[in-house]
This record gives sequence, structure tokens and C-alpha cells, in this order.
Amino acid sequence: MTGTLVEASARRDRPLGSLYAGNARSVMSRGWRATRSTNWLVVVSGLFEPVFYLLSMGLGLGALVGTVDGPGGTEISYAAFIAPALLAVAAMNGAIYDSTWNVFFKMRFSKLYDGMLATSLGPLDVALGEISLALLRGALYATGFMLVMQVLGLNLSWWALLAFPAVVLIAFGFASFGMAVTSYMKTFQQMDWINFLLLPMFLFSATFYPLSVYPPVIQTLIQCLPLWHGVELVRSLTTGAVDVGLLWHVLYYLVMIAVGLVFTTRRLRALFLD
Amino acid sequence: MPAAVITAENLVKKYQDFAAVDDISFEVQPGEAFGLLGPNGAGKSTTMRMVGAVSTRTSGALNVLGLDPDRYGPEIRAQLGVVPQSDNLDMELRARENLIVYGRYFGLPSRQVAARADELMAFAQLEDKVKAKVDDLSGGMKRRLTIARALINDPRLLLLDEPTTGLDPQARHILWDRLFRLKEQGTTLLLTTHYMDEAEQLCDRLVVIDKGAIMAEGSPASLIRRYSSREVLEVRFGSDRNAAASARLEGIGDRVEVLPDRILLYSDNGEAALVRITELGLRPITSLVRRSSLEDVFLRLTGRSLIE
Ligand SMILES: Nc1ncnc2c1ncn2[C@@H]1O[C@H](COP(=O)(O)OP(=O)(O)O)[C@@H](O)[C@H]1O
Ligand SMILES: [Mg+2]
Repeated sequence: MTGTLVEASARRDRPLGSLYAGNARSVMSRGWRATRSTNWLVVVSGLFEPVFYLLSMGLGLGALVGTVDGPGGTEISYAAFIAPALLAVAAMNGAIYDSTWNVFFKMRFSKLYDGMLATSLGPLDVALGEISLALLRGALYATGFMLVMQVLGLNLSWWALLAFPAVVLIAFGFASFGMAVTSYMKTFQQMDWINFLLLPMFLFSATFYPLSVYPPVIQTLIQCLPLWHGVELVRSLTTGAVDVGLLWHVLYYLVMIAVGLVFTTRRLRALFLD
Repeated sequence: MPAAVITAENLVKKYQDFAAVDDISFEVQPGEAFGLLGPNGAGKSTTMRMVGAVSTRTSGALNVLGLDPDRYGPEIRAQLGVVPQSDNLDMELRARENLIVYGRYFGLPSRQVAARADELMAFAQLEDKVKAKVDDLSGGMKRRLTIARALINDPRLLLLDEPTTGLDPQARHILWDRLFRLKEQGTTLLLTTHYMDEAEQLCDRLVVIDKGAIMAEGSPASLIRRYSSREVLEVRFGSDRNAAASARLEGIGDRVEVLPDRILLYSDNGEAALVRITELGLRPITSLVRRSSLEDVFLRLTGRSLIE
């Protein structure tokens, strides 16, 4: 019985107890292997979506609009105004695809997590692994889009380099929160609600015009939404209007990530380790 | 005597007010093949999930591999192989990949997992399905792959929840043969089934469970000795005449059981019982003498058939 004594003491060394085995990477590598059987057309189309928006609205509509006031008050082209917003949206969409519909399917139909949680993995391993995968998809879309911005000359400052960690943070936030929300969903109708809410958030979060067009009440409302924080953060970086206030946006996402992880883990435990 | 692999004492699992497992106790020794035999809804899977450390108990004591599953879930699961009632293979991965990826969930090194996966694909007689999509495998192959997957971490205890339910007879025999191999190698098995032939073939010892409670415990042979006669005579008089005929059969053999389609006469000598029936002037449409089985034990204990 010495083996079990060793294991019993090993448990005491694990700060998160039964929740975490420190092996989220095995969940991620499963995801990599599984992508080989995914529909790549869907993945790639996600890469082009924001580019189409940028071309049609930024260049097309931008020809009519001319210049607008950027974050620091300097005049910038309309394309340079909406491009960082679309960059944040690209990160969000990539993260949302994997962490909502894909997670819903795995949770309710393919019984993937039942299998995982019958091994030595804990719910936090599963949550972290799946969220990291979703995050990577968001980061992939965002990176692709950043290159397009560079080519079109829409990164106006060297600060734009920091937009990369910023979009990773944004993708992490949406992946984490998205998976948490999805884990409480039971039907397809409920899942459709997620899409239904995302669309107005995409349109109204100061994506295509400044927040100042709204009355103060609406402004406050929009400032509560996650995408607005992402748009503001990225726009300040790509246009070079950086100040300490940006840390609030970072903090918003850190909270979002933490809340998402806690609820996802709790929910996985309730569902699969009852 | 070595320590028991599983010890359950007064184990209870309630869902709201309903007790799915209602005060059961049993012990499984190392190297033993132990069965939970019972009809649908008896509480077999619920028991398996508690032993597998994926479900917490409502009350009672449970010890698996020396540890309490409610507190040492990951440590226990690391040493278990689990074949759940319905296959949950990873449909997005190929057959052999399922083993590799599963092994990685246990934190085992890639190289070790790869070597073990090859051995297990051979053990499961799936060498030519290494790259197959899970969807393209037959039911029996999926089941074998699930068993191979459960063995990837070299478990000290293998849990099999209805391993052959839904398979055709040939696929069942292939599977039984594989499970025999494991038994011979000394793997400790805990399996559930509602097939009495499966229980008779595979289990050293079993408990008969019904409505969450244990009705009897012992080896298949000892249960049959204790709860049934050596032989059974099955007679059919036609569905509308069985009841009337049964009234006249009292006294022949130890016991009479009337089922909707036939009458079972428990006796140590079935042929002799049949002679006495004909002496009474009764003419059964069909008659059959067979040895008693666990099905008869279950019928005796609960008044119902195992498979309804
Ligand atoms: N999660 C659950 N919630 C409520 N009732 C359950 C749950 N799981 C099982 N049960 C009930 O417990 C009983 C035993 O189920 P189960 O252990 O699956 O039986 P078996 O495996 O022997 O067919 C059944 O009546 C089933 O409906
Ligand atoms: Mg069951």
C-alpha cells in the first residue's frame, strides 16, 4: 500500500485538489489532431470575413466619409478608424466559434468530456485546454488581419506591436466567457441567443463610428460590454494614442477570463463529476 | 490475504428523493472478475460511476484501490480502465489516435503510449483498422477499441458497463474471448450485465441487484444451487391454456413458475417431471429440459425476468 500513501501525499501537494492535474496540454493536443477532420473552408472563411468588412466599409464607405477623429483627437482615415475595431472583432469571432458551438456539440452530443473526465484529468484541465484552443483560433484570425492592416498602411504607430498581445487577451476573454455561458446551455434555441446578442454588440460597440454619437445613457451601457473595451484598447494601440487608462481595459479582460474559468470548471464538475 | 480492490459498505446514491443505489455492500478481491447482474434501471451504472470516481455517493463507505473516490478522484482514475455503457470514442480522431490521445490524458509519455497503442490494437484484433475513422467501425469493433483504450494506462482495475449489450452473437463471442484473456492475465474486472450467459461465463462471483438493492451474492454455480433446482422443464400449452394447466402441475418438481408464454417446472430430474405430466393426461405443445441458469435465480428472487 506504499503506492497509495505516496499518491495521497501527492494530492496534498496539488493546490487545486481534484480540479487540476496540470495536463491541459493533452486536451490542446487532442484539439490539434481533431482539426485535421474539421472543415477548413469554415475556418478560412472566418479569416476573410473582417477583411471583406474592411475593404467594403473602410475603403468604399471611407471614400465618402473622409477622415474622422481618432482616439487622441488627431484626424485619421476612416479605414484606420475601423480597422482596429475589426481586429478586435476578428479575435472575438475566432474565439467564439470554438468556445460556443464546438463546445456545445462536444458537451451534449459527442460525450467527449465524459471520456476525458474518466481519466486523471480534472475539469480545470479540460476548461483550460479547450479555452486555449479557442483562443488560438482567435489569435490566428487576428494575426492574419494585422498583416492585412500592415500592408494597407493602417497600423499608424509602433505601439501597434502591442496590439498582438492585446488581441490574445481579447480572444482569451471571449473564449473563457463563451465556454462558461455555453456550458449552461441546454438547447439549440438557447445557443441561437448567443449569436443574436453578438450581432448588435458587433455593430454598436464603437466599431464603425465613435461612441460620442450616442446619448450618455447608451454610452454607459455600451461601455459595460466586453467588445467596446477590446475595440478601445486595440484602437489606442494601432493609432498610438496610448495612456495608463488602457489598463482598465486590460483589467476588464482579466476579470472576464477569471470568471469564465471559474464558472466553466464548476459547471464541468457539476455535469460530469456529479 | 491481500487488501480488497473495492470495498463498498452500505453504499447509497440518491437523485433527489429517489435512491438509484439503495444500501449495497460488496467486496472485490485482486484478480477477481466480479459482476453486477440486474435488469435495466437496477442501479448498475450508478454504482459503476461511483466506483469510477466520477460520481459522489450520498452515504455509506467506498474504498477503491485503497482510496476514497470522493477525495482522491484523480489518483483512482489514473489507475482505472473504464468502458462506459455507451461508447464515447472520439469521433474526430482515427482508431489508433483514440488510444494515443487517451493515454496522453493520463500524462503518460508519448513514446510509451505509442508502443502500448500498437500492442493494444493487436490485442483488440484491429491491426488493419489503425487509420480507420471511428464512424466506419462496426459496433463490435468500436467496443473492442473502447476496451483497448481503457487499457492504455495499464489499469489495476477494469470497469466494464454492459460490455456486449447491442452486439450480435458473433461479436459478443469475440469480445468474451478478449475479456477471458484479460482474466487469465490477472486483471481485476468489475462488470455489469443483464445477460445471464455473460455473467455465467465471465464472473467468478457476482451480486444480483434489483431496484438498487442486492438480492443475492455468490459464484454463478453456488447461486444456481442455492436458488434453483438442477434442471428446468419448460412446457408450452398455448398462451390461453398455460394458466389452467399450471394449476394441475402443483406438486410435480420443487416449484412452478408461470410466464406469459410458457411454464417453468423446477426439478432435479426434468425428464421424470415430463413423464409425470403426460401421465396426468396433459399434452404440452412443446417441451424442453435444460440446466438451471442465473435467469432462473433472478426469476426466483424477484418474480420477474431479467430482460423484459
Ligand atoms: N443523473 C440521474 N438523475 C436522476 N436519476 C437517475 C440518474 N442516473 C440514473 N438515474 C436513475 O437511477 C436508476 C438506476 O439507473 P442506472 O444506474 O443507470 O441503472 P442500470 O445501469 O442498472 O440500468 C434509474 O431509475 C435511472 O432512471
Ligand atoms: Mg446501465
